[in-house]
Amino acid sequence: MKKKFIAVLLTVLSVSLILAGCSQKTTEIKIGGVGPVSGEAATFGQSTKEGYELAVEEWNKAGGLLGNQIKLIFQDDKGDPTEAATVWTKLISQDKVVAIVGTVMSKCSLAGAPISQANKVPMISPTSTNPKVTEVGEFIFRACFIDPFQGTVGAKFAYENLNARTAACIFDVGNDYTKGLSEFFRDKFIELGGEIVAFEAHATGATDFKAQLTKIIAAKPDVIYISDYYNDVALIAKQARELGYTGPLVGGDGWDSPDLVKIGGKAVENGYFTNHFSKDDPSPQVQEFVRKYEAKFGKTPDALAALAYDAMVIMLDAIKRAGSTDPEKIRAALAATNIQVVSGMISFDKNRNPIKSAVIIAIKDGQQVYQTTVNP
Amino acid sequence: MSTFFQQLLNGIQLGSIYALIALGYTMVYGIVRLINFAHGDFFMIGAYAAYGLYYALGRLFGAGNPGANYLVLFLLVLGGAMLAGGFAAVTANRVAYKPLRDKPRLSSLITAIGVSMFIEYFFSALPAIGPSFRGFPEVFPKTIIKIGTASVSNYVIIDVAVAATLMVVLTLLVKFSKVGKAMRAVSQDKEAAKLMGINIETIIGVTFLIGGAFAGVAGLLSGLTYPRIFPYMGILPGLKAFIAAVLGGIGNIPGAMLGSYIMGIAETYANAANSLIGEGIAFAILIVVLLIRPQGILGEKTADKI
Repeated sequence: MKKKFIAVLLTVLSVSLILAGCSQKTTEIKIGGVGPVSGEAATFGQSTKEGYELAVEEWNKAGGLLGNQIKLIFQDDKGDPTEAATVWTKLISQDKVVAIVGTVMSKCSLAGAPISQANKVPMISPTSTNPKVTEVGEFIFRACFIDPFQGTVGAKFAYENLNARTAACIFDVGNDYTKGLSEFFRDKFIELGGEIVAFEAHATGATDFKAQLTKIIAAKPDVIYISDYYNDVALIAKQARELGYTGPLVGGDGWDSPDLVKIGGKAVENGYFTNHFSKDDPSPQVQEFVRKYEAKFGKTPDALAALAYDAMVIMLDAIKRAGSTDPEKIRAALAATNIQVVSGMISFDKNRNPIKSAVIIAIKDGQQVYQTTVNP
Repeated sequence: MSTFFQQLLNGIQLGSIYALIALGYTMVYGIVRLINFAHGDFFMIGAYAAYGLYYALGRLFGAGNPGANYLVLFLLVLGGAMLAGGFAAVTANRVAYKPLRDKPRLSSLITAIGVSMFIEYFFSALPAIGPSFRGFPEVFPKTIIKIGTASVSNYVIIDVAVAATLMVVLTLLVKFSKVGKAMRAVSQDKEAAKLMGINIETIIGVTFLIGGAFAGVAGLLSGLTYPRIFPYMGILPGLKAFIAAVLGGIGNIPGAMLGSYIMGIAETYANAANSLIGEGIAFAILIVVLLIRPQGILGEKTADKI
């Protein structure tokens, strides 16, 4: 009786062991996903998480990756760099993910990136724009363009689409984002053959920009490039209009807020800004993404969702092309990326920052309207 | 040089707003020798009071409709801003400064910084106000007037007109009214004024009331001209107005006005000359002036301290 029991027990054990062994062999490829679904950037994190999920679900339906199913292990970094470092370590040492897609805020990506780099786990951030993120090392990539790139695209748009030949810039002297944008705008505009007639700074927190604007308007630019954030843009636009300027205004994604029109009113009409993504972009990739996202989550996607989806697709595509989960091969495949994703054709420069198109959004009758897509 | 006149107008308008704030600084200093760092926050309170009143009561006068009674609307928000600024100043005086009147002046100074921070953080914590930017309404329609090559909005003209009117009223009040006489007496010699039967605390209260009301008006005008308000909006203009008051000679009313216009115009021309270091040029002028005349431009020892 006892012998029989032991035999049964052994059989059960060995069967379960074999099963376990089998399931481990044919298991999934684990991909870490990080985003702040709680904390100050919670809505950003939610969109990001949904973008990851949609991409992974699609790939799994289409047969997975290298013959395996993909398993997304999502972690919340809470918008906190310390937390980001913790989840990075957990994903790498406990979950043993082959790659990490994350995260939203630059400060958190900067906390995670050195851990990825040290452990040679390829990483791609969907929306961290700080140039330092990819400078951490050759395993770190990003799916969004870095801030200054918008200045380049803005200049191209002003020169080619608005037919501007003279331009003026105004920016916040105490903010790298706005300064960088204006500098890149200036360089590209001159390169294209245009002339910069005024390049004016203002102090951080200033509310009166009339001195600079008077000077700018006296130089008669065809376009004024305002690289500030929406609340400064609104004030600058109002004062420029008061001083008699009627031409177009161009800026970067710092304009992207409903408050721009609330504060700026009619003054921001005839304004254009560069952005990563617009749901109204008629390109088939965007429209298909919007349709799928709406079907799954019942709401329209924002730029964060689109970039998270793109980041995940770029990573999965690289693993597919690498043909293995070897980190070195994935890294090489990532660097050689050249695919069409939702936010445009994407490839990487030598600093692992993307070279891709940007959308131009116009302000018309107090609404943000998709204008065009500009390639670099 | 085609922009010279336009820049002058820009500078005068900026100076008008500084002047309204600087007057409160200088009057309070003249009378209690206190640098009231919370003064910039009375400016912010004035702006929010006008904003709140406009949305609460504006509809009664047709706010936002073409047939609105703009004069009544403007007077309503102006009155609201003055009352709120004045009330805040009087309250700050009663609660925070009065108990420390006979203590070392450093205590009052630190308290003033505390009051300032309290107001800022308290307002940004209030759910009805919150820390984020709000757009200020256009209380009356904006029209743009061309004067030669220059272009100004009616808002700018109203800024300058309101500031000028209030400054004239204040000058007359201080020079010719009984309260004004008492204010001058208290600023010259508190003890003697007391012996003459002047109620010092009442006079100090009145001074705070006027200063706060002026700051409130400046808040409203600033909201109209630069339509973005937030709880920390008073810090920078407050600081610049304080500097203007020192430049003109703190404690001296005409000095505060003069200093403010110098600041406004210098800042404008400096920013036009080189915007990268414009702000710096304006402050360099201040340093130079104070090196030559430490007491400020009009701050003579024999001058009336108020």
